[in-house]
Amino acid sequence: MATAPRRLARFTRTERAVHWVHASAFMILLGSGLCLYLPSLAEMVGRRPLVKAIHIYTAVAWAVALLLVVVAGDRRSLVRTAREIDRFDADDRAWLRRRRAPQGRLNAGQKLNAVITAAFAVLFVVTGFFLWYGERNTRFRLPAALLVHDWLMYVSFILFVGHLFLTLVYPKTRHSLNGMTHGWVEEDWARAHHGKWVEEMSQWHEGEISPTAASRS
Amino acid sequence: MSDDSRPYGRRAFLGLLGGGLTSLLWAGPAARVFAPVTSQFSQLAANLLPVGGWRIYTISGSMPLFDERIWRLEIGGLVRKPVSLTYAQLRALPRAEQVSDFHCVTGWSVKNVRWAGVRFRDLLALAQPLPSAHAIRFVSMEQPYVDSLTLDQALLPDVMLAHELDGSALSRPHGAPARVVMPEMYGYKGVKWLMRMELVAREPTGYWEGLGYDQDAWVGRSNGYGS
Repeated sequence: MATAPRRLARFTRTERAVHWVHASAFMILLGSGLCLYLPSLAEMVGRRPLVKAIHIYTAVAWAVALLLVVVAGDRRSLVRTAREIDRFDADDRAWLRRRRAPQGRLNAGQKLNAVITAAFAVLFVVTGFFLWYGERNTRFRLPAALLVHDWLMYVSFILFVGHLFLTLVYPKTRHSLNGMTHGWVEEDWARAHHGKWVEEMSQWHEGEISPTAASRS
Repeated sequence: MSDDSRPYGRRAFLGLLGGGLTSLLWAGPAARVFAPVTSQFSQLAANLLPVGGWRIYTISGSMPLFDERIWRLEIGGLVRKPVSLTYAQLRALPRAEQVSDFHCVTGWSVKNVRWAGVRFRDLLALAQPLPSAHAIRFVSMEQPYVDSLTLDQALLPDVMLAHELDGSALSRPHGAPARVVMPEMYGYKGVKWLMRMELVAREPTGYWEGLGYDQDAWVGRSNGYGS
C-alpha cells in the first residue's frame, strides 16, 4: 500500500511572512523603479509622479510591514533563523567551494543569499532616503546615492532571476517552493538536499519533540 | 550545528553594509577611475538594452505631445521683431552639429551625445534683441517648467537649440520638437519641449532654481560640486 510521503515542517509562519513581505515589496519596487529608470518604459507609462509615489510608498509600506511581522510574529523563530544564517560550518564552507557536503535546513548558498538580501535592504533604504530627501534639501543630495542605488538594483536583479530559476524552473530544486508557500517539504526531497537537517529532525523526534510541532508555530 | 561553525554570516552582512555605506563617498571617484571600462560596458549595454544611459525626468504628470500643425516657437520680449516659427521653418535655419557630454545634477552622465540643431546666434538674428535684453527665458510646454541663460551663455560656441539627437528627430522623452543644449551646465538648464523664448533684462528664477538649485549650473563648479 502506498503511503503519502512524509512532510517535514521547514519554515514557520513568521519566516514565511518575512519572505513574502520582502518578495512582494521587491517586485513592486523593481517594477516601478524600472519604469522610472528605463526611458522606453518611462515613455510607455508616462505618469512619472504617480510611479514615483508608488515606488516611495511601497518602500514605506515594506518597512512598516516588516516591523509588524517582527512585533506580531514569532520573534524566537526569527532569532533562531538569524543565528542559523550567521553560522557557516565546515560542510557549508565545503559546499561554497563547490564540494558535495550534507547541508542543514538552509544550505550555504541560501544563507549567503539571505545575508546579501538583508544588507542590500538596508543599503537600498539609505540610498533611497538620500535620493528622496536630496530632492527637497540640496545639502543632502549625494551624487553617489543614485549610482549605488542603481548598482544594488543590478546585483539584486541578477540574484532575483537566479532565485526564480531555482524555485520555479530547475526540476531538482523547485520543490523547495513548497516550503515557502505551505511551510513543509517532502522528506525524501529534504533528505537529498538538506541531509543534515533531516538527521537533526529525527534525533529530535526520538527526543520526544515531534517535527510536526514546529509546523504549528 | 557543530563546533567548527564560524560567524561568516554577520561578517558578510557587516562587510556589505560597511562597503555599501562608505561607497557613498568613494563610488563617485571610483566610477570616474573606471569610466573607460564602464563606459565601454554601458555602450554595450546601451546597444542591447533600452537603457542608453538617459533618465527621463518630468515635473508634471506626463510628457508634452508635439503636434507639428499647432506647435510654434515664439521669440518675444525685448526684441525688435517678435518671431513665430513653424517646425519646418526651424528646421530650415542653418544647421549646426556637435558631439558633447551631458551631465545631470543628480550624478549621471551620457558621453558623446550627437546633437543637431540651431545656434542661438541665428535665432536671435531673426528677432533682433534690444540693447536692454540681457538673458533668455525658456518656457517649456511642460508647465510650469522655465529656465534661463544669459545672452553671453547662450552664445557660447557649444550651446544650441537641438532638434535632432543621434541622427534622428528629437523623440518625445528627449523634448520633442526642440530643446536647449548647454553642455557646460547641468541638464536642468536645458529646457525640453520648448515653445517660447523671451528676451528679458534680468534672469528670472527658473523652476529648479526656485527649489534651491544654482542659477549658473556649471558642471563641476555648482550645486555643491567642486566646493
